[in-house]
Amino acid sequence: MTQTTDTAPEGAAMTGRSSKDKAKADTGGSRRHLVKRRRGPAAGRTRSWRDSPLRRITPWLFLAVPLALLITFTYVPVASMISYSFTDWDGVSPDRENVGFDNYVQIFTRPELLRVFFVSGYYLAASVVQIVVALYFAVILSFNLRFRNFFKGILFFPYLINGVAIGFVFLYFFQDGGTLDSVLDWFGVTADHPWLGDPTSANISLAGVSVWRFTGLNFVLFLGAIQSIPGELYEAAELDGAGKWQQFRHIIAPSIKPVISLSAILAISGSLSVFEIPYIMTGGATGTQTFVIQTIKLAFQFNKTGLASAAAVVLLLIILLITWIQRRLVPDDKVDLV
Amino acid sequence: MGNKKTTALSGAVLAAVTLALSACGGGGGGATGEVAAPPSDPKDVSGEIKVLTQRTDLAQNGTLEKYAAEFNKIYPKVKVTFDGITDYEGEVKIRMNTKSYGDVLFIPGAVAKNDYPKFFAPLGTAEELSKYRFSDKTEVDGKVYGIAQFGTANGFVYNKALWKKAGVTAWPKTPQEFITGLKAVKDKTGATPYYTNFKDGWPLVQWTANNGSVGCDAQASNKLAGPVSPWKEGGELRTIDGLLHDIVKQGLSEKDPTTTNWENSKSLLADGKIGAMMLGSWSITQMQAVAKDSGLNPEDIGFMPFPVQKDGKFCAALVSDYQQAVNVHSDNKPAARAWVDWFTEKSGFAEKEGVVSAVKTAPMPATLKEFVDNDVIFFDRSEAKTAAVNDIDDAAEIGLNKQDYRQKLIDTARGAEKGSLEDFFASLNKRWDEAAKTVGS
Repeated sequence: MTQTTDTAPEGAAMTGRSSKDKAKADTGGSRRHLVKRRRGPAAGRTRSWRDSPLRRITPWLFLAVPLALLITFTYVPVASMISYSFTDWDGVSPDRENVGFDNYVQIFTRPELLRVFFVSGYYLAASVVQIVVALYFAVILSFNLRFRNFFKGILFFPYLINGVAIGFVFLYFFQDGGTLDSVLDWFGVTADHPWLGDPTSANISLAGVSVWRFTGLNFVLFLGAIQSIPGELYEAAELDGAGKWQQFRHIIAPSIKPVISLSAILAISGSLSVFEIPYIMTGGATGTQTFVIQTIKLAFQFNKTGLASAAAVVLLLIILLITWIQRRLVPDDKVDLV
Repeated sequence: MGNKKTTALSGAVLAAVTLALSACGGGGGGATGEVAAPPSDPKDVSGEIKVLTQRTDLAQNGTLEKYAAEFNKIYPKVKVTFDGITDYEGEVKIRMNTKSYGDVLFIPGAVAKNDYPKFFAPLGTAEELSKYRFSDKTEVDGKVYGIAQFGTANGFVYNKALWKKAGVTAWPKTPQEFITGLKAVKDKTGATPYYTNFKDGWPLVQWTANNGSVGCDAQASNKLAGPVSPWKEGGELRTIDGLLHDIVKQGLSEKDPTTTNWENSKSLLADGKIGAMMLGSWSITQMQAVAKDSGLNPEDIGFMPFPVQKDGKFCAALVSDYQQAVNVHSDNKPAARAWVDWFTEKSGFAEKEGVVSAVKTAPMPATLKEFVDNDVIFFDRSEAKTAAVNDIDDAAEIGLNKQDYRQKLIDTARGAEKGSLEDFFASLNKRWDEAAKTVGS
C-alpha cells in the first residue's frame, strides 16, 4: 500500500479519522477519494455506501452461515467433549461429578489402554507401502500412456466406495473358502489359513484393505502435484540427456515435496485413528482393537463417557504433537526449481 | 489492520450462539412422581403415543402395525406409532439427554437404576405389580418403573435328526457328556458340532443367561453384586465359560470363527450342517421358520437345557428381556400405560414369539413343551441387584452382556491369543473384585 504524491494532502487531512476509514482510503484508490474530499463538509451528509455500517457487517453476514455451522458442529461439541473429560459422566444421567484429571491419569497409568497403539504400527507400515505405490502409479500415469484415464479411474475408484461396504466386501473376501482362497486355488496354492484368525494375520489383512482403499486418494494428490510441473522442465531435462529416473529424482520429487509431507501427516494421524475397517470387519476382536474402537467401547459399552472423552482428547493432542514435530523436522519451504 | 469494534461484535455473536446452543444440550430431569396409571375407561383415553423398539424387522414388515390395530379395537382413540431403532442402546441413550425419547420405550442398560425416577413414570407399587415376573428389576424405593416385555429360558438349540444320527438321544447331563455328544456328531456325521457366531458376537452374550440354570439358583445374578470372584472354582460363570472354552479347544466349533454369519447359521442348523448353538428360547420359532421356508422339517429343531443337573433334574432360569417403561415427559401417560399393559397381557406376542409371558399365571409357550414334559424346573431369576451388578461390570470393563470377553475366551481357547484359561479367569476375577470394591465404596 503505497501512497502516491498527489494524495499527500489527503493523508494529512485524514489524521483525524479512524484507522479503518484510512484503510479504505488506501484500498479504494486515491483519485476518487480526492474528488469526494473536495466537495467539502457536505460529504458528511451524503454518506456513501462504502461508509455505511451495513457494509461493515456485510462480510459477517456472508460468514454467518458457515460460522454458525462450524461452531455448532465442531467447536461446541469439542468444547463439551473437553468438559466431559473432567467428569465421571455415564452418558445418560442428568448428574455428573467433576473428577479433575482422574480420567487422564487413568489413561496414562493403565498400560492396556495405551497398548492398542501397537496395532497402529501395522497401519503405519501399510501407509508407507500405500504412499510408495501411489507415488509409483502417479509418476507412471503422469507420462503419456495408453489408457491413462482408464487406469486413473481404476486406481481412484476404491476411495469412492463407502467404508462400510468395503468392510463387508472384504469380509467375504477373507472368509474360509472365500474369494481370496479361491483365487489362490486357481494358482495351485491351497491356503488353509483363517486370514482374520490370529492377531498378526488379521491386522495385516485389515491394513491391506486400508491400503486398497486409500491408495487412490494419495494417488490423486500426487498426480495433481506432478501435473502442475511445467512441461518445459521435462523437455529441457530430456535435451540434457536425463532419463526417467533422473527426471523423477531431480524434477518431480522436489516439486511435490509439500504434498508428500502432507501425505505423511495424513498417514500418521490416519493410522493412529483407524476405525471403520476393523470395526466393521472384526469389531476389534482377535487383537485388532484400535484406540478409536477402544474409545467407542468405553463410551457406549461400559458407559464411561468421561474416560472416553479424555481418551479422545489425548488422541487429538498426540496427533497435534506429531504434526508439530513433523513440521519442525521438515519445514514447508517454498519449492524453487529454477 | 485489526478492527476492534467488529472483533468485539463478532465475539459477542459467537458467544451468544454458543450459549444458545449449549442451552439445548442440557435437558434431562423433569417432573417426577406422577404415576402412569392405567385408564379406567378404554373408550375415554385418547392421544398419540410413540413406541420405541429395537425390533426393526417387526416395525418394517407391519407386524407391529397389526398389534396396534388390535389395540385400537379396545382403545379406539389412541394412535400408536412405532420407531424402530437398529442401534437401540446407543441411540436411545443419546436421545435420553433430551425430553423426546418416545412415550413407551425399553429401559436401556446404560441408565443407572437410581436415575429411573428422573426418566420414567412410576407404574405402581411393587405390590400392585407383583403379578408380573421380574418386577424387582426396576423397583426403586417401593415403586416399579418398568414391566418386562417377556422372559426367556436359555439352552442349546440343536438339530434332533443330526444328534440322533450321531447316536445321542438323551439330553447330556454334564458338560463332559455334552462334549462327548458333540464329538459323536463330528465323528459320525461330519457336521460342525457347535457354531459360536463369533463374528456377530451377540450370540456369545446368550451364554451369560445360563447363570442361575447351572446351580438352580434364583439368586445367582444377585450374588454377583460384590467382590465375589465370579470365575472362581465352582462358580456358575466358570462352568459356563469353561464349557465354551472346552468346546473350542477340542476343535468342536466352526473352523474360522472370525467370519461367521448369523443369518446363514439358521439355515445351516435347520439343514443339519451345524449340531447346536447356545441361544434363548426366542430363537426356536425363527429356526423353525427357516426350516419350513427351505423345505426342511421344523420338527427337527430341538431345545435342550444347559447340561447340568441338580438332584437329578435340569433347571432353567427364566431371565428378563427389556423392561417397558413410560417416559416421564410423556403427555399421554394413560394411553402409554394402556399400551404397556395390553402388550404384555393381551397381545399374544410372547406366545407367538415362543417366549415366556411376563404374566406369572400365563402358561409356558409351545417352544418349551419339551422342557415341561421332561420336568425341567423353571424359576424366575431375581433381578433385584442387576443394576449394582451392571455397575461393577462397567467399572471392571468386562462386559457380562457384551461379546468382547467371550471373543477373547475363544481366541485363548484356539490359541490365537496368548495365555491359559486359568490366567484368563484369574484376571477376570481380579478385575471384578477390584471394581466391586471401588463401586461399593
